Amino acid sequence: MATVEYETHEHDVLIIGAGGAGLRAAIEAAAQGVSVGLVCKSLLGKAHTVMAEGGIAAALGNVYPEDNWQVHFRDTMRGGKMLNNWRMAQLHAQESPERVLELERYGALFDRTKDGLILQRDFGGHRYARLAHVGDRTGLEMIRTLQYHAIHQPIDVYMECKIERLIKDGDRVCGAFGYWRNTGKFVLFKAKAIVLASGGIGKAWKFTSNSWEYTGDGQSLAYWAGADLIDMEFVQFHPTGMVWPPSVHGILVTEGVRGDGGTLKNTAGERFMFNYIPEFFKGETADSQEEADRWYQDKKNNRRTPDLLPRDEVARAINSEVKAGRGTPHGGVFLDIASRRPADYIRKRLPSMYHQFKELAGVDITKEPMEVGPTCHYVMGGVRVDADSTAATVPGLFAAGEVAGGLHGSNRLGGNSLGDLLVFGRRAGLHAALYCKNLGGRLTVDAGQVESIARTMLEPFARSGGENPYAIQSELQETMHNLVGIIRVEAELKEALKKLEVFKQRAAKVRVEGGRVYNPGWHTALDLVSLLTVAECCALAALERKESRGGHTREDHPYTDDTWGTVNLVARQQGDRVDLRREPLPQMPPELRALFQERK
Amino acid sequence: MPNFTMRVFRGDPAGGDFKEYRVESGVGMVVLDVIHRIQATQAPDLACRWNCKAGKCGSCSAEINGRPRLMCMTRMDIFKEGEPISVAPIRTFPIIRDLVTDVSYNYEKAKQVPPLRLRPPDADGKYRMMQEDIERGQEFHKCIECFLCQDVCHVIRDHDLKKRFSGPRFFIKIAGLEMHPLDTRDRTEFMDEQAGVGLCNITKCCTEVCPEHIHITDNGIIPLKERMADNFDPIVLVVRKLRGHKKASS
Repeated sequence: MATVEYETHEHDVLIIGAGGAGLRAAIEAAAQGVSVGLVCKSLLGKAHTVMAEGGIAAALGNVYPEDNWQVHFRDTMRGGKMLNNWRMAQLHAQESPERVLELERYGALFDRTKDGLILQRDFGGHRYARLAHVGDRTGLEMIRTLQYHAIHQPIDVYMECKIERLIKDGDRVCGAFGYWRNTGKFVLFKAKAIVLASGGIGKAWKFTSNSWEYTGDGQSLAYWAGADLIDMEFVQFHPTGMVWPPSVHGILVTEGVRGDGGTLKNTAGERFMFNYIPEFFKGETADSQEEADRWYQDKKNNRRTPDLLPRDEVARAINSEVKAGRGTPHGGVFLDIASRRPADYIRKRLPSMYHQFKELAGVDITKEPMEVGPTCHYVMGGVRVDADSTAATVPGLFAAGEVAGGLHGSNRLGGNSLGDLLVFGRRAGLHAALYCKNLGGRLTVDAGQVESIARTMLEPFARSGGENPYAIQSELQETMHNLVGIIRVEAELKEALKKLEVFKQRAAKVRVEGGRVYNPGWHTALDLVSLLTVAECCALAALERKESRGGHTREDHPYTDDTWGTVNLVARQQGDRVDLRREPLPQMPPELRALFQERK
Repeated sequence: MPNFTMRVFRGDPAGGDFKEYRVESGVGMVVLDVIHRIQATQAPDLACRWNCKAGKCGSCSAEINGRPRLMCMTRMDIFKEGEPISVAPIRTFPIIRDLVTDVSYNYEKAKQVPPLRLRPPDADGKYRMMQEDIERGQEFHKCIECFLCQDVCHVIRDHDLKKRFSGPRFFIKIAGLEMHPLDTRDRTEFMDEQAGVGLCNITKCCTEVCPEHIHITDNGIIPLKERMADNFDPIVLVVRKLRGHKKASS
């Protein structure tokens, strides 16, 4: 067989993914004086960060001076049902204020307080108004700010480039191999350190707020390279996605709607969230509509509205209302801000939502309620990392942002994702650079490894017969939605795993039409491999964890179980099967533990 | 369900033509849904860019019935049943394949814009900006970089003056920096010599196609032109020097 052709680039640090985490990592690594390459699957500035709406949680104390990192840390841990990596939660709470101020110094224009400081908004699970924001398009502001800062730094950006596999020299990573989407030609990146910043896995589900890019690439690259994944059973269904019309089912409706005064209602007009306040949050949640409404103005003397319970609680409540027959004809519930806030205020605070509903659903949210329901949004699990350095369990590999696991435990609070990207993106860039500087010896890329990957990638073109990759992808999404969705049960999880086996066999036989130049059929076929990998890890871990906690609800094990509260499920590749183990959760030191005893 | 005839451009730098596809449309569908349906069932290799499908990322720009639009925000129910709908790549940029074009010109121009030069913070180490002073900047920051304004701009589209013209997208980028309350940099020379602000003859085509409804011309380009005129006016320059102003109207 002829030798495979590919071009080669060389960097100290290669960053895979150019959303918030990847861009922040690149800026930091470049500042350390090492050579940096930044690879993105789409054009620069189009990554999923652009879709974040509500804001960045950071205890700046601009609106509530009582706020500080300890309160934010406590909220984050409680939101994650105490399964979080405590050290990550601590670093995140401590460092996110400085990361937000840094964005401002890069040119970001956050909404302001009357004194000219950064304004902060209320969000689910946060004790104080804490989210720095720009209307409901905070992610756009963040990615644009980082993007325009990064292009003036010594960073080589490789756009529309997809990495298929990591290359190792012995135990260490030493490169990454992929293709240009524009030409279909192959490319090898030699690198001393690799930072994964590639986002999530939401495209494995049918109704999702995630874009085509979210196919679990980084989780799979790490897994195939021998790294550990943790907590893959925990998938966040955002309580409020659009449900109508069908073509927009799943598109996100920001939690900011509830943060700014919107409330959830069933078809009887009842504010049903008052019926779903769990014991764990009773102490801090209003139990009457009057108290809840007063809370928006006076947080000292009132408790938070149950509309802003953590996302897992709200998503389950909506699910139950719809199941009980109190949902809208399109299978959602009502989200009403029209009757509660003036039209001008709504348009000013929620311009994108106004635009989105007006254009896509023909609904004027200043006059009518929205119809909403849960949509797959975020994976809490991911690559297992060291909290301080973001190092994965394979030397030379780092991970930051959604692709990494641990910070959010079993459920992420809204607003904690953008802070995650900045805090751990910076740490990843820093520690990857330091790792390069300390690395002795030479790394060698084995040409045989590279060629065998390339040949596998081209196989779909050569097959006769075989299936269309879109069909398998769509069946996979259907399966995950129906059997590994928001409410799970043993029999269905087992059925899902059986189906996944069949999908894997079918995916190994897909056929692709056309050539290599910008061929989405081929891209879909290649992405299917990683999508199936993460789907399997998720379903297996979901079957194993026999309790309900955060983004994992088992109908057959409906309660939170303290013994499960002390373990993470760790997935590791063992030949062609997933080796799933229980490993003890890191224990937080007494001074942090004390923060949870002070006040219920 | 109504049926539509889609005429989708298929081709590459060597040439191409519109190809017809008959597609069933569903309630609330947008053009991007129809393109995806064609991909999934009839033409798996049909190339198009998209990401968010919610009008936030600006990836799926195309010319639909000749008008530059986002495919994800163009509802099928605005078209009459039975009339064929054409979908072509944005014409100003070189085609790569089908609906995908080479927009690297925009990324080159982005790099040329002199970035923010921050003034020192207040005495307590904080930066303060009043909401009313940043509203114009926030309007420009709504830009999703769909490049539809660049596509429709005559200077780029018809006269191909790409070398000495940044285009409306970057005029509002520059305007955003110029109006940034913390910025101290003077970009007058850049605006004139490299960005080519003077070449714009204010036909407002950019404003018309902006899916974010940014007032590109009125709020961005015209103030830039005024600022340039001011900064080249010797009397204004002398007055400003005497008063110690660094920038016009900041």
